[in-house]
Formats: sequence, structure tokens, C-alpha cells
Amino acid sequence: MFDLSGKTALVTGASGGIGGATARALHRQGATVAISGTRLEALEALAAELSSRVHILPCDLADPAQVEKLTPAAEAAMGSLDILVNNAGLTRDNLFMRLKDEDWDLVLAVNLTAAFRLNRAAMKGMLKRRYGRIIGITSIVGVTGNAGQGNYAASKAGMIGMSKSLAAEVAARNVTVNCVAPGFIETPMTDVLNEKQKAAILTNVPMGRLGNGDDIAAAVVYLASAEAAYVTGQTLHVNGGMAMI
Amino acid sequence: MSDVAERVRKIVIEHLGVDAEKVVDNANFIEDLGADSLDTVELVMAFEEEFSVEIPDDSAEAIVTVGDAIRFLEKATAA
Repeated sequence: MFDLSGKTALVTGASGGIGGATARALHRQGATVAISGTRLEALEALAAELSSRVHILPCDLADPAQVEKLTPAAEAAMGSLDILVNNAGLTRDNLFMRLKDEDWDLVLAVNLTAAFRLNRAAMKGMLKRRYGRIIGITSIVGVTGNAGQGNYAASKAGMIGMSKSLAAEVAARNVTVNCVAPGFIETPMTDVLNEKQKAAILTNVPMGRLGNGDDIAAAVVYLASAEAAYVTGQTLHVNGGMAMI
Repeated sequence: MSDVAERVRKIVIEHLGVDAEKVVDNANFIEDLGADSLDTVELVMAFEEEFSVEIPDDSAEAIVTVGDAIRFLEKATAA
């Protein structure tokens, strides 16, 4: 089950916690992976760890010109692109009334617009080969909302709507488009929370623990697999029961 | 029939899985040949590849019949 031998995958934000775990998991299942991100050292360390079937493609997703080049670069490096994981994301949290235009624009650009551009570019090859798996890493807050994250929640809700629309367009071509919605996951992004904040969050997680990158990576592997062929336009929530949707 | 017309017809027949006799010059991709809007985009992609040309979006939108495609590509490849 879930064999990805011979498949090619691009993972954005692979220098981060969830992205790194996802790249490792896809690779473990046999896929060739292109890892993208802004922190070259972290990408190089991951590539060294994976040692084979790995390509480093640095990209700043806030720069549209770099984004437009990323999908073609992945196709050139690997010969095709079967699986695209839009994982890269950032936060610029603030109370809504204090949210600056630039914090809104940056979060939307990196979390949503970059995924739009990568998906659009990937579609050509996927339609032609009549095979593709697009997986967006959204967030529980894209569905529930969250105080202090108006921009982030908007970008993540936008990714869900975008994915459903694209899924409807390309389903008949065996291209599936789905999202994975992590709850609270232990990553550098959530490390900024103090112990008291983490304890407060855990009172709302029936599973009684924070999630980890592997929990998310396993969901991505499933959606990327041949076995998930009939699943499209869905959001798979991986949150320890924090929100049951 | 020109070489361009023959190649266009072949792509249309293969892509849409329609009978060759239906693929006449005035056949509308959507109304007569059962294409959906994504098929028309894919046909343009296939024409671009077959003829090594770039078909801009506004030209692509004007290609609604087999004849439109043949005329566009004859012009584009004549240069």
C-alpha cells in the first residue's frame, strides 16, 4: 500500500517541520523528491540525509518571478511532476484592528497566491499525463477561525476553496486536489508559544498531545497514493480530535 | 487537404474520441464534438506541442471550430 516508487514530488517549505517530515515520508515510500524552501542550509541537510532521489530547489515564494520558475524547475530536474505539496506557509499574527496591510499581503502571497501559481503551472503536465496529486497544507484555523490570525486563517480558508474548485475542474483527468488541515503541531512555528499557552491548547485536544510532523506526513502520503484515487476536493483534518468537522 | 488540416484533425479525433467523419471544418468543438471547456484548453495545448507554436489566450478563445484551428495554425506555421 501507498507505494510511490517512480513518482516525482515537489514539497514547498521543506526546510520547516511539517515540510521536512513530508519530504522524508514521500521519499521513504519510494518517490523522488524536489525540496524547496528559503533556508538553503536546512535543505542541504535534508538532502544529505535522504542522499538519493532528491533535488534542492531554493525558492522565495513571496517573489512571483521565482514562484513561476519553481514548477518548471521541478519538472526539469525530475522529468515530470506527479505530486505537488503546497506546504510552505508563514504567520504574521496580530489583532485584526492592528493588522498591517503588508502583513496581510505577505501572508496571502506566500500561503495562497504562491500555491495558486504552482498549481496552475503543474496542471499542464498533470493533464497531459492524466495523473496528478495536489495536496495543500491548510490549517484547522482556516475552518474554525482564530483570534489574532485573520490573515493566516483567510489564506488557509482560501486554499480550501481554491482546492475544491480546481478539484472539480480536473477530476475527470485523474488529477486529485485535496487539503490536509493540521491542528496544533510541534514545529518551529508553534514553538513560539509558552508552556502555559501550550497547556491551555491541550485542554482542547482530546488526544492529549500536540501533533508532530509525521502525523501530517502520513496523511499527505495517503492522499498522494494511488489508493486515494477516488478522494478529491476533501480536507483531511489531522488534529487529535481538537475539532471534529 | 493540407498537411496542417490532417494533423489538426488527427489530434481532435484522438483527444475527443470522436468519429473522423464528424471532424469537419465547421464542427464546433463544444456543440458538435462534445468537448467541455477543459477539453478545449487541452486541445490548444496539444496544437501548441504538435506545431511548436505558442497560442496566446485571446487567440485560443477565438478557436471554436476545427476550421478555426486549421486556419490559425496554417497562418502560424506559414511564417
